[in-house]
Amino acid sequence: MSSFWPVVSATLAKDIRLEWRSKDALNSMLFFSLLVVVIFSFSFDPNAEESRQIAGGLIWVAFLFATVVALNQTWARELKNQVLDAYRVSPAPPNGLFLAKALGNFIFVILLEAVMAPLFIVFYNLRALGPAWQLIPVGMLGTWALVVNGTFFAALSLRTRSREIMLPLLLFPISIPAVQAMVEATRILLAGDGSARFWIVLLLTYDVVFTTASLALFGTILHAE
Amino acid sequence: MKRAFPILWVVTVLLLAYGLYQALVVAPTEATMGPVQRIFYYHVPCAWTAFCLFFTNLFASVVYLIWKNNKADSLAVASAEVGVMFCTIVLITGPIWARPVWGIWWTWDVRLTTTLVLWLIYVSYLMLRRFSDTAQTPVLAAVLAVFGALDVPLVYFSIWFFRTQHPQPVMGKGGSLAPAMLHAFLINLLAFSVFGAMICWSRFRLETLKREVEQAHAMESLGGPGVPETTSLPLSRSAR
Repeated sequence: MSSFWPVVSATLAKDIRLEWRSKDALNSMLFFSLLVVVIFSFSFDPNAEESRQIAGGLIWVAFLFATVVALNQTWARELKNQVLDAYRVSPAPPNGLFLAKALGNFIFVILLEAVMAPLFIVFYNLRALGPAWQLIPVGMLGTWALVVNGTFFAALSLRTRSREIMLPLLLFPISIPAVQAMVEATRILLAGDGSARFWIVLLLTYDVVFTTASLALFGTILHAE
Repeated sequence: MKRAFPILWVVTVLLLAYGLYQALVVAPTEATMGPVQRIFYYHVPCAWTAFCLFFTNLFASVVYLIWKNNKADSLAVASAEVGVMFCTIVLITGPIWARPVWGIWWTWDVRLTTTLVLWLIYVSYLMLRRFSDTAQTPVLAAVLAVFGALDVPLVYFSIWFFRTQHPQPVMGKGGSLAPAMLHAFLINLLAFSVFGAMICWSRFRLETLKREVEQAHAMESLGGPGVPETTSLPLSRSAR
């Protein structure tokens, strides 16, 4: 296990460097979520009070879709030149590879959210009535919830037919409680009615459960033959 | 076992017929809800059967992940398919009952929503099995079943946080169910459990036979001696 963290940091550094040079995932996610936001603005014409109620849902649905765009590229890159096969025969711990991929996606999606959230605030004329700082833990935990399962299911659907369709079909049903928690917490914080504590604890539980399960089972997925 | 199979089917059909008679003729009509209440004799036993089958699927998936036993994987396929069918019946009979009694077809209540999400997870499970036909499909599907099982309690708690509208189970402490109704209900519960188990068993046999045939074809195309004695080799479903 001594090689766990070196594998994580090396893979993460490689992914960030690749992304820094190509910016494929970030550009496609940014433009995609921008499109979703604009289309939502045409579909709903809310006033300030209504938008506080629905913005939590809109913002997370936009991020959920954008995350899938990024996740579809995350493992496909490793299929070229049989990189994944090389990983498989190497003695490196497979869950280190998984953790690095998930952390990389987490960083990309957090960057996307940092850019898109102000845009959302402008378009929907939002102002949080609850404790706004709690949106930061909600965003972090919610993003990790999407990314950890998304990275896992992207690897799982890697060798299925039409894998780009398969990923959301697997990811969305499992993500339902996490999405509900994110949306409800965001709505409560924006509208300022009550405490979001239950939803934050639920998100934390979801993250702990699925991070553990993914780390435990990723080796099985990678070596499945 | 093989001789018991047709006899058990006959018993199942008789039980179902007796259950139908009990539910539609013998059991008294409920005072406030009227005849539509009789759907309860099918709705609840189907839900019970579906949950038992999903539990069987989880059990078989875990067994497969640990011992890589092919029979366990066949059982996982069979129980997931039959479970989705029973769960679909539950999701259809529920609204038929709810519309006259509650006045609405659907509500986002904890039992309804958990059942719906469970159904969605198992449909995605079947989709994965359908879209992936390599030798590693059983492993991937078993892992997905474990993830789905981890998800269900979280779904339950996230929706439990809202008030629940579904009628509380009427059995147990201070149950208000009339004896004739309870009798009809228990008969149907037994009949549908046996029915579910029998369909699952039939599907399991079908899956086992299909794999044996596939393996025989694979052996033949390799120029081998034909059907081997055991079927413990992992089968490639892409051999088709």
